[in-house]
Amino acid sequence: MSASTDPTGARGEPRPAGFASHPLDEGEGIPRLARLWASLERLYAVFVKELIQLRRDRLTFATMIMIPVMQLILFGFAINSDPKHLPTAVLDNDNSAYSRLFIASLKKTDYFDIRYSLSGPSQIDPLILSGAVNFAIEIPQNFARDLARGENPAILVVADAADPTAVNGAFIALTGMAAQVFTRELLGPLQNLSAKPAPYEVRLQKRYNPAGETRLNIVPGLVGTILTLTMLIFTALSVTREIERNTMESLLAMPINPVEIMLGKILPYAMVGFFQMALIAGAARFIFDVPVVGNLGTFVVLTMLFIVANLSVGYTFSTIAKNQLQAMQMSFFFFLPSILLSGFMFPFRGMPVWAQNVGSILPLTHYLRIVRGVMLKGAGFSDLAADTGALAAFALAAMIVAVLRFRQTLD
Amino acid sequence: MNGADIVIDVEGLSKSFDGKLVVDNLSMQVRRGRIHGFLGPNGSGKTTTIRMLCGLLTPDKGRGRCLGFDILTQQTEIKRRTGYMTQAFSLYADLTIRENLEFIGRIYGLDDPSARAREAIDQLGLTGRADQLAGELSGGWKQRLALGACIMPRPQLLLLDEPTAGVDPKARRDFWDEIHQLAHEGLTVLVSTHYMDEAERCHEIAYIAYGRLLAQGTTTEIIAQSNLSTYVVSGADLGDLAETLKHTPGVDMVAPFGAKLHVASRDHAALDGVAREFAAPGIAWERDAPNLEDVFIDLMSRARSNYP
Ligand SMILES: Nc1ncnc2c1ncn2[C@@H]1O[C@H](COP(=O)(O)OP(=O)(O)O)[C@@H](O)[C@H]1O
Ligand SMILES: [Mg+2]
Repeated sequence: MSASTDPTGARGEPRPAGFASHPLDEGEGIPRLARLWASLERLYAVFVKELIQLRRDRLTFATMIMIPVMQLILFGFAINSDPKHLPTAVLDNDNSAYSRLFIASLKKTDYFDIRYSLSGPSQIDPLILSGAVNFAIEIPQNFARDLARGENPAILVVADAADPTAVNGAFIALTGMAAQVFTRELLGPLQNLSAKPAPYEVRLQKRYNPAGETRLNIVPGLVGTILTLTMLIFTALSVTREIERNTMESLLAMPINPVEIMLGKILPYAMVGFFQMALIAGAARFIFDVPVVGNLGTFVVLTMLFIVANLSVGYTFSTIAKNQLQAMQMSFFFFLPSILLSGFMFPFRGMPVWAQNVGSILPLTHYLRIVRGVMLKGAGFSDLAADTGALAAFALAAMIVAVLRFRQTLD
Repeated sequence: MNGADIVIDVEGLSKSFDGKLVVDNLSMQVRRGRIHGFLGPNGSGKTTTIRMLCGLLTPDKGRGRCLGFDILTQQTEIKRRTGYMTQAFSLYADLTIRENLEFIGRIYGLDDPSARAREAIDQLGLTGRADQLAGELSGGWKQRLALGACIMPRPQLLLLDEPTAGVDPKARRDFWDEIHQLAHEGLTVLVSTHYMDEAERCHEIAYIAYGRLLAQGTTTEIIAQSNLSTYVVSGADLGDLAETLKHTPGVDMVAPFGAKLHVASRDHAALDGVAREFAAPGIAWERDAPNLEDVFIDLMSRARSNYP
């Protein structure tokens, strides 16, 4: 072997004591900037290495694509489930041709199965409470007269919103119907009334779930849960993998510090997270018809922050776990409360106080507010400052724990 | 610091795992440009000692310097200047040869990692195989690559942990030629092994068993210190004789070497007596200088009876 042939001959020369001339020296004489540059170089080394490994690891690669796709499909079915023939009670206080026509149209939508004709408003609550009906529809007195006068009478719809998806499909059908139901009847002198908006108003009164989790709410939530799961798993395996593949000892024997290793390992997955975000947001827009109302840049920046927060948590687990199995278990133990207590499954404000407190320390809780705010309501950075701050604090805390926990020796 | 020429200078290193003393009060000095052999049976604490030298393990007791830097507080400085070849192959199996070397080049902040990697690949004779995965190389090539990776950042100290385990004799010979060349250029090498022939290729040897340093010095010094007197017994059917001699008072060590038997003792007169007693037609006893292996076998058997 001739690997030893050192053209500069530097190694053969006697070296002065103190090694001050060594090119790798980063002693006091070296300016801060050069030291930062060297540090970035090491970070980059780990980054490139991780990226190559990621590309070669088919299983991880498949997981990256499969988890979001599967979740989207699974939840997609759940979202699209559009139950019909919901038990309904009707209280017709008008008893006119118009009100009867209205009830007939209700039946035709297929959403409402009219089981009860009520005689007084006091009968509504017990039926809703017992779950005997999902809807109670009350047509006001003088509905026909007010309609003819163009006074825009209000139909009251009391809905059991405990199952929001069920209620929403029906309610959309109901409001859609309002615009058309009387088009044929409102002819002649009344024709001007048939013009949109609808000649009467539908007033929805939701019971038990005033926050009104809608389909629109679930898709943005999906962005958060999918990212939580995949990001956690990716980094949770990254340190234990080095240990199990016998490469940790060499890595630790190199002049690299835990911060450089951590950032080098998190960054490639942040890129993966970016693509997953694009994938899910694309699906939300084009498959589930949930547009981003707010600023797309805000959405991207805050989602990346959320991605980094989750990657940091996963990495922290990785530094604590003894093997890959433990790392996986920790991730799932973190994922479960994230799903249950963040406001994804149940309305956050509807949860008991202790659950809200637990939920508040989970990144998903804050991200859900952010993503719903941006996607649905057009919220900007300033509206979301508190949740953004919470996410950033969370990511930073996780990184600090990870760096402190990182075992720099094999002791 | 004991002057710039002592590269490894440690004193009283001890380390236990789970209450078991694995390295016991070990002191050692290695001079610049020397090849220091670290010998001992499996589990004697060689790897543990090497790890303490480069900051991968924290000693329970003791102190010392490596390349002039404190092993307890200046681990990063030591790591920058030290190439450590682990006992098991520890390059990334799912990275190519080139990618592995470039990774190391970047970590050590080399000026042009790609160029340096290419250079190292050429020198290793791996040109044309640069894009092969490191995990797919044969044992001998893995070992050469690992050494190439260690010396690429031009360290001042090489720590090699059983580098030639499981490597064929030709590759072992090349490897040692390489090590000597590197030492000649001023690199200091600490190499652990349990091959006796390799021990004899080192400038100096430290012999460790059960965590204790039992002998240290050049081959000649160690043999002289041992104060062993040795006979080489030749003849047919020596198996029974070996068994008898093992239980004969005055004999410290009996070991077969090929068709011959090495019999050694620290009591010269007693051994002469034994030689006369067991001399028989067809069995020849010849006095000989003890070799390194005689000394180590003797050291180990004594160590075993001292620290069970
Ligand atoms: N991390 C560890 N935890 C527990 N025991 C260990 C650890 N590392 C080494 N040992 C034990 O210490 C002893 C010495 O090991 P080692 O230094 O690897 O010996 P050698 O390299 O000479 O074969 C062995 O008995 C081994 O089982
Ligand atoms: Mg070992």
